Amino acid sequence: MLQKRVIVCLDVKEGRTTKGIQFENNVDLGDPVEMAEQYYRQGVDELVFYDITASAEKRGILIDVVRRVAERIFIPFCVGGGLATADDIRAVILAGAEKVSLNSQAVKNPDLIRQGARMYGSQSIVLGMDALRDAAMPSGYRVVIHGGRTKTDLDALEWARKAYELGAGEVVLNSIDADGTKTGYELPLTRLIGEALPIPVVASGGAGTPEHLRAVLQEGKADAALVASMVHYGTYDVRTIKDYLAAHGVAVRR
Amino acid sequence: MTVGIVDYDAGNLTSVENALRHLGYQWIVSGDPKALQGTDRLIFPGDGHAATSMENLRARGLDRFLTDYVAGGRPVLGICVGSQIVLESSQEGAAQCLGLIPGTCLKLPGGPGLKVPHMGWNSVHFEAAHPLTAGIPQDSSFYFVHSYYTVPAPSVTVLGTTEHGLRFVVGFVKENLATWQFHPEKSGEVGLRLVDNFLKWRP
Repeated sequence: MLQKRVIVCLDVKEGRTTKGIQFENNVDLGDPVEMAEQYYRQGVDELVFYDITASAEKRGILIDVVRRVAERIFIPFCVGGGLATADDIRAVILAGAEKVSLNSQAVKNPDLIRQGARMYGSQSIVLGMDALRDAAMPSGYRVVIHGGRTKTDLDALEWARKAYELGAGEVVLNSIDADGTKTGYELPLTRLIGEALPIPVVASGGAGTPEHLRAVLQEGKADAALVASMVHYGTYDVRTIKDYLAAHGVAVRR
Repeated sequence: MTVGIVDYDAGNLTSVENALRHLGYQWIVSGDPKALQGTDRLIFPGDGHAATSMENLRARGLDRFLTDYVAGGRPVLGICVGSQIVLESSQEGAAQCLGLIPGTCLKLPGGPGLKVPHMGWNSVHFEAAHPLTAGIPQDSSFYFVHSYYTVPAPSVTVLGTTEHGLRFVVGFVKENLATWQFHPEKSGEVGLRLVDNFLKWRP
């Protein structure tokens, strides 16, 4: 049977891995290529590189990172952050990424999803969504952009459905409420979208313990769980997380 | 030895190239039968739609080339859509395919809790001992992305199966032509071993 995936996310700024809480106070964590290789050896199922480089002129650095990662690890990986045009998508895919994640730029220009899916197939187009609890929205969640700083008028469920219809093959749901708290994923959010859409849902934001991954993969109906600081600071490694999941009845790749 | 990677606008070949580089082989990427003619074995990848893939192959004269290459006895490995269109037909776009191996290709039925495309890691049960799977633990996991599954004729040797709503064939071999439905080039160390086994294979 299809296995649940553990995904490690690396935020990359000007070619270095960084980690901030709710996108602020970034600290340097090391070389993303070396870190990718380390997680690969630990048995990670997939990686996400999220470019938080502010200036467009330094975009070339990211492409170089992608190329070097693709030469050294042999599992799928996804690249996101600031991809705004079909050419941006093409550059990342040709450098060796399996998937691209479209976030704020897809909110501004939904047709980017359709263009990407037409070029490389839905399996390569991931919708990245930052969602904030908001009782005023029909689904209870509002889509926010720019790392949570800007509110949109979009309802999370409606936007996910529209992105699916445009050709997105997967959705990464990042809870801004849970991000950085280490108190667990936002289970109602992943369950809501996971049960409504026929494409895989990846939970993001809030992971602090392997039990948090178990909960979102079982009760939260997520197909994959994304972790960052849990593994970046050496508190856990991917192998111990997967051992825990397997011991608690979650099918994972060993 | 030079490996030919068949390029017919059917997806990204970077990861196949990276795997060959990592394993230390020489390769060329080409969609030109003349250039591929000089190779010692072929990898025939593919992502996307079966009918479109067949059109792309025919437009380049690669359908006839592949048929002759396989008949000539050099080893060929089909991956993903490459494993589907070596069969006679596919339900996808009602495609007439290469017919190098008897069989067809059908849409995965899906069902409650079973998402299609079948995307992600799934375990593969090896159905027979074979040099192509030597040294790889039984039921290892490989990375899949597909919506159609292969149904080779009963006379064809099945290498492996997996389960997603139903159990289906994910690898088969006939003489010098072998295939995998999943992506060995994106399936970690066991995937690289499968690629290496193919490149050392003497059918």
